[in-house]
Amino acid sequence: MGLLSDPNRRRALISLLTRLNTPICLVCYMAGVAWFMGLAFEPFTLRTYMSENAMGSTMVEERFPAGERALATGREFAAHKKKVGGMPVDWLVKTMQARGLEVFTQSFSRTLPFPDENKERYMVKGTNVYGILRAPRAPRTEALVLSAPCSPGDNNQAVGLLLGLAQYFRNQIYWAKDIIFLVNEHDLIGMQAWLEGYHHTNTTGMDWSPLQGRGGSIQAALSLELSSDVITSLDLVLEGLNGQLPNLDLANLFYAFCQKIGVLCTIQGKLQRNDWDSVSGYSHAVQTMMLMVMKQASGRPWGDHGLFLRYHIEAATIKGINSFRQYKTDATTIGRLLEGMYRKLNNLLERLHQSYFFYLMPSLSHFVSIGYYMPAFGLLTVILLLRALDLWVQLTHIFTGRYLSIYSACIGNSPLLIKYVSSQQSSPGVLSVLTPLVISHLTGVALYTLPIRFQEMAVEHFPVSETEAVVLTAIAVYTAGLALPHNTHRFLSGEGTEQGWRVLKLVAVLYLAVLLGCTALINFSLGFILALTLVPVAAFVTPHIPKVLSAFILVILSPACTLLFSVFFFQELQEMPVSFQDGWLLYLSVISQGILDHFLYGSLVYPLIALLVYPCWLLFWNILFWK
Amino acid sequence: MLALCASQLTAILDMNLLAFSSRNYIKHDNAGQFFSSGHTNNWAVLVCTSRFWFNYRHVANTLSVYRSVKRLGIPDSHIVLMLADDMACNHRNPKPATVFSHKNMELNVYGDDVEVDYRGYEVTVENFLRVLTGRLPPSTPRSKRLLSDDRSNILIYLTGHGGNGFLKFQDSEEISNVELADAFEQMWQKRRYNELLFIIDTCQGASMYERFYSPNLMALASSQVGEDSLSHQPDLAIGVHLMDRYTFYLLEFLEDIHPASKTNMNDLFKVCPKSQCVSTPGHRTDLFLRDPGSVLITDFFGSVRKVEITMETINLTDPINSFR
Repeated sequence: MGLLSDPNRRRALISLLTRLNTPICLVCYMAGVAWFMGLAFEPFTLRTYMSENAMGSTMVEERFPAGERALATGREFAAHKKKVGGMPVDWLVKTMQARGLEVFTQSFSRTLPFPDENKERYMVKGTNVYGILRAPRAPRTEALVLSAPCSPGDNNQAVGLLLGLAQYFRNQIYWAKDIIFLVNEHDLIGMQAWLEGYHHTNTTGMDWSPLQGRGGSIQAALSLELSSDVITSLDLVLEGLNGQLPNLDLANLFYAFCQKIGVLCTIQGKLQRNDWDSVSGYSHAVQTMMLMVMKQASGRPWGDHGLFLRYHIEAATIKGINSFRQYKTDATTIGRLLEGMYRKLNNLLERLHQSYFFYLMPSLSHFVSIGYYMPAFGLLTVILLLRALDLWVQLTHIFTGRYLSIYSACIGNSPLLIKYVSSQQSSPGVLSVLTPLVISHLTGVALYTLPIRFQEMAVEHFPVSETEAVVLTAIAVYTAGLALPHNTHRFLSGEGTEQGWRVLKLVAVLYLAVLLGCTALINFSLGFILALTLVPVAAFVTPHIPKVLSAFILVILSPACTLLFSVFFFQELQEMPVSFQDGWLLYLSVISQGILDHFLYGSLVYPLIALLVYPCWLLFWNILFWK
Repeated sequence: MLALCASQLTAILDMNLLAFSSRNYIKHDNAGQFFSSGHTNNWAVLVCTSRFWFNYRHVANTLSVYRSVKRLGIPDSHIVLMLADDMACNHRNPKPATVFSHKNMELNVYGDDVEVDYRGYEVTVENFLRVLTGRLPPSTPRSKRLLSDDRSNILIYLTGHGGNGFLKFQDSEEISNVELADAFEQMWQKRRYNELLFIIDTCQGASMYERFYSPNLMALASSQVGEDSLSHQPDLAIGVHLMDRYTFYLLEFLEDIHPASKTNMNDLFKVCPKSQCVSTPGHRTDLFLRDPGSVLITDFFGSVRKVEITMETINLTDPINSFR
């Protein structure tokens, strides 16, 4: 007989499973965490390499000469910006036209759902200016984008360099794709308006004027942030909206040119170290990787490039950093690096697709691909499946136990006994689980909709600003959900039975497993962080553990507190630790930014947490207080 | 007809030698040498099988062999040139209408009078085999046909991306060494060649001539099975590798050949030793009937018309006079 169909062997397997369930779960959890930490260890990573044949190596001759002139143009731009008090549209149009580009503008406006205190804007109105350099001999089927955001005080050198490169590129005849030079106002909002106009989609309810001029389909894009005349290093930012990353070949291209030209390049602002076998070297790599994980999990675009990724356009942001180092790089060298990158991107025949789309980078020259980091998450999910199996076994034992007791009662031939036994088992079945599920999800819906909807009412009654009102309403709804189990128990059938909470837990555990699995597929970092905190909750919550202590632990491991700790941890990683008050304010602003990101750009983190993760956690809270 | 005239001339010269040997000294050796190879015309089939801008070097390879072959006398009407992509007019070419083989743009192998017979997507395995075997539809123009006969010496040059036993055409299909050997056998059966020189510059090129079984075939390859053929030098202004090593040194070797050269095949086998090529070039001569040392380079790469001017007067005897 087969292993699973032989009843004796099956019983032995099942007893093994139930006996060893907790130890296996613990081992899996520790193995998952250890695997994740081991990803940053250099022998377990791979060196980056160019996968795309068409891009080949860095063998081009960069000849960009006009770095100083670019900086002068940047200063002119700054002066005009100050004069106009915003984006100097006319000056930009005139300058781009003088360089031989086809110039167009796009105006856009958006009223935010509530004022953004970080950037101090509420009703946003702006103009994007872009110039298209048509390829001399090619049909207008493909395009590359070089963009620089127009910020109030900053980033003038980037716009100057952009215009300088436009002039230089215009004199070359080897372009096979159109190049679009874009200066967007109000950074991400302007970029979103431009992209929506370019692709004729309107997903976020913004008002924009249609684009008069277009290139072909965009193959790659780079966004520049440069705020000083000389820099010491270039930082590459990859994380985009919803944790999406560009193709690794773009990072490989940047790194290859950095090495060729001799510019210091960093990722996450951290310089690479060579001593991987020492403790400090390893912790440096872990810090770099954890920064990437945190940034990816937040689901917000960390540069203007982040919005391109949704349209399957590989994009990255290059930031110039001026810190206290001896060796400085001037604008001509940065111009040459960009020229080299664009010449190589020009050689592309298809979109970048040869290299990885899902990866983690503990340093700029090493990466971990999805095949290597997924097992860490898989080990955590296995715990949930083991728990589900265990619960299933327990449930079948209860059922068989009941039937045996009925059987023995019948044999005893006492009708009263039968009635007593049958009234005891109200046999809730799976449908009884529906009530807590529906109530939890309704709370989630409340968490999603109430903060925005009732901000005016909150502002009337309490002395807070709109942003604070939204955030505090969200926290209030979240905390109100904690009081649910005490109030809704009368609606629950099957209450007070051992079976009821087991069925609920089985459903909840499977629901969590599916939820985390789907999240990890799209945004591994978010899925992993949620798994780290929610899987222990799911595995060990029962009504029989000490209530006060476990309630405290459950609240600590809830999504809101995970976010709070992540904020502090993130600041630590960036070597800018904050005090508790500042951290709390930062936490509130993170929540408001998350809600804004969802309404402005379509970020999915806020609805995921509010509508799916929070109700799931509430189910476990319900189980804890099961009577 | 030329063959007929030549054989008659030989006969006449022979007769006169016997008749006037005491008084007239005719260089019989040169005449003999003129007809020692047995071929009367030369053809060349030059194929570049890869497309895309980063395969610039394969087009440059083919064009440099084309240039040498044309310089040494084979006319365009006897060359079938197949280029799978247009590098000269590619949008990415910073010097349009040129294809360079040496960096710093010393040598433009595209030239002013290149005649490409099969271009772009017309370069397919089927078209190549049809050209070789002559099975073309009646509407095919003469420039696209290999109109060789049993006294033709044919040079076949292939370049592109290859592997063990196959050559890749256009990124979508392959020709195997068995197919190639069978095509050559068809050519032999149909008496479409006198002698055939096959040169291939790809990775693992030697695998392509392993299966040949028809007589009078000589083959050269740029690398052995398991080895990669490497590219030579990049040009930073153009941004691509310009040539492959083997063909680069082959071109250098051929630049020294002129129509009257007496260089023979043994020198060709020494082109690009391992120190220069990194891969080991190979050759195969077991199917060839003549000794490679007696085969001139110009037997395949040139179309040699040797003319000898004699200052002697030859008195034709009466029976020949009466022919008029």
